[in-house]
Amino acid sequence: MIASTLITGLGLGAMYGLLALGFHVTYAVSKTVNFSQGSSMMFGAVMGYTFGVTLGWPMPLAILAALVCCALLGLAIERFVVRPFVQRGSDLWLMATVAAGIMLENIVLFTFGKEPRSLPSAWADEAIEVFGAGAYPLQLAIPVVGIGIALLLTLVQTRTKIGKAMLATVQRSDAARLVGVNTRTVIAASFAISTVFAGIAGLLIAPLFNVSASMGTIFGIKAFAAAILGGITSAWGVVIAGVLYGCIEALTTAYLGSSYTQIVSFSMVILVLVTVPNGLFGTAGLKKV
Amino acid sequence: MKSYGIRSLLTRRIALAGMAAAGILACINTAQAADPIKIGLIASLSGPSAKSGEAITRGMTLAITEINDAGGVLGRPLELIRRDDEANPGKGLIAARELIQREGVTVLFGGLQTPVSLAIVPYVNQIQVPFMGPWAAGTPITKNGADPNYVFRVSAVDEIVGVALVDRAVSVHNAQKPGLMLINNPWGESNEKALIAALAAKGMPNAGIEKVEAKDVDVVPQLTRLKEAGADTIFMVANVGPSAQVMKSLERMGWDVPVVSHWGPAGGRFSELAGPRAKTVEMIQTFTFSGNDNPKADEKLTALKALFPEIKSAADVTPAVGIANAYDAMHLTALAITNAESTDGPAIRDGFYAIESYDGMIKTYEKPFTPEQHDALGPNDYVFTRFIDGEIIPID
Repeated sequence: MIASTLITGLGLGAMYGLLALGFHVTYAVSKTVNFSQGSSMMFGAVMGYTFGVTLGWPMPLAILAALVCCALLGLAIERFVVRPFVQRGSDLWLMATVAAGIMLENIVLFTFGKEPRSLPSAWADEAIEVFGAGAYPLQLAIPVVGIGIALLLTLVQTRTKIGKAMLATVQRSDAARLVGVNTRTVIAASFAISTVFAGIAGLLIAPLFNVSASMGTIFGIKAFAAAILGGITSAWGVVIAGVLYGCIEALTTAYLGSSYTQIVSFSMVILVLVTVPNGLFGTAGLKKV
Repeated sequence: MKSYGIRSLLTRRIALAGMAAAGILACINTAQAADPIKIGLIASLSGPSAKSGEAITRGMTLAITEINDAGGVLGRPLELIRRDDEANPGKGLIAARELIQREGVTVLFGGLQTPVSLAIVPYVNQIQVPFMGPWAAGTPITKNGADPNYVFRVSAVDEIVGVALVDRAVSVHNAQKPGLMLINNPWGESNEKALIAALAAKGMPNAGIEKVEAKDVDVVPQLTRLKEAGADTIFMVANVGPSAQVMKSLERMGWDVPVVSHWGPAGGRFSELAGPRAKTVEMIQTFTFSGNDNPKADEKLTALKALFPEIKSAADVTPAVGIANAYDAMHLTALAITNAESTDGPAIRDGFYAIESYDGMIKTYEKPFTPEQHDALGPNDYVFTRFIDGEIIPID
């Protein structure tokens, strides 16, 4: 039982981690969070289905096109939903991003249709045996992709010019502007990266689940829980917390029964926040007095 | 003289007022005669269960077309007014209030979702407007404890379905210790009670009761618990999405166990979503167009094709239960209004009890409703089916 449960937990958890990484990227750069991450994930899956199945494009091209659409969505969210409020020093971007997610869901409901669809994938056709348990290759690929993206993000943040620009924007945005960093572009790029991560998560989960306008909501909520659990300031922290959250969900279901899953997993989030307010791997921000 | 003058003046005024009132009344009566009798429908018209709302709409529309072509009810045409409950009990109740209070519907029809119907039932009993259930099978919908009870149903009933599922599992699959996989909502609870009671009646144990959420991606942990507890058959009670996830997870586990299901998977694209295992599910239904030897089935399928050009074959009228239940329920409702000779709720309720016989699409109903029995379908009206290439086919 343990092998099949951990395969389930790792797959789901890595997906929560990938979405949570999107929350981290925007928070790290601009101290804002895109609460429409769940809807962005759905958008990635829907665009992938539209290009790959409805229009019949080759799947690699369909995936690329879907991720470009996700990036454009992220830029639009930053420009029209977040920036106007941040410029006024208002925190209403929070509600605005929630509203944008609901709007997106309803637009997709009208255009894509009311019924869920199945996104075919050769990686989710036949199960293979891993440690005596059945698993689709795609389930094993999700943690690899999640950890790979976290690694890539860490390398970009620490080893590249744009990463250093992002770091400068976080630490002293005024000073960063003075030395020539275009902070506005950096923040916009962080939103585009965030929605691309959500799109990747959507494209990975769709063949195992289905594609529908309402598919992202619950994932968005759980991913935010993972981001808080891990400490939203730490890239590795949110990914590890996502995997941890997924495994705890699966283990609770397997050993205590499905009636206890949500009770145990959300109790754990509350317990961690009470004992470690900045999350498992997060750091407290400096408060100047 | 003066008194005569006043009397004649009063008489003239009274006569004029009387004529005016008579004229207004005549106008009102004429308007009433022309005004349609409004029938409300609250069902899932969007989301994963949208096909169920479409099926109920088609069945009701076909019946209403036939009734109106034959002169309507009480000399008035019937008009269908629909609202989307979005599978949400709160939205369903708001829609019920709006349809009854603002639109003035005479009878309200419900949809697929038991939780939505359960939210509406106390309200219709309180406001004394008849409610007809053409799909949701939760036992407490009709057996709601209200007196008087304004809720009627032409559909399956969970407590009877539970007996039928257990009988099927024992007689066909020789089940000794079945496991239960139920949706985590009031419909699942209703079936948990029904299945446990049916198993207890046969002196059988169960391997466990597991819950599936509407958005569960992977239900391997729940199924693994049932497998390790020795389940030899799975009773599945869930709508299309979660049922599909159960079948995908079974496929992933490589666990070849018989699945005997309530009719939840019939509400959408189950074949597409559940993958290769979809066709192995044995699913209870009250009606199918395919393999039906009742001549009315062919006749009504032809009528549906004429009314809805997008219907080309029996595969396009899946799920057929929604259409057939709604069609028969609408005709029975029209008979109840005719018996009542008014659109008054209590009179229509008595009108349902006064129906003697009706030759419907599912069967010939004899005295379908009594004050003690508000469900028109019984255990003999069920049939087991499989979903093959998008079409629901009877097994036997």
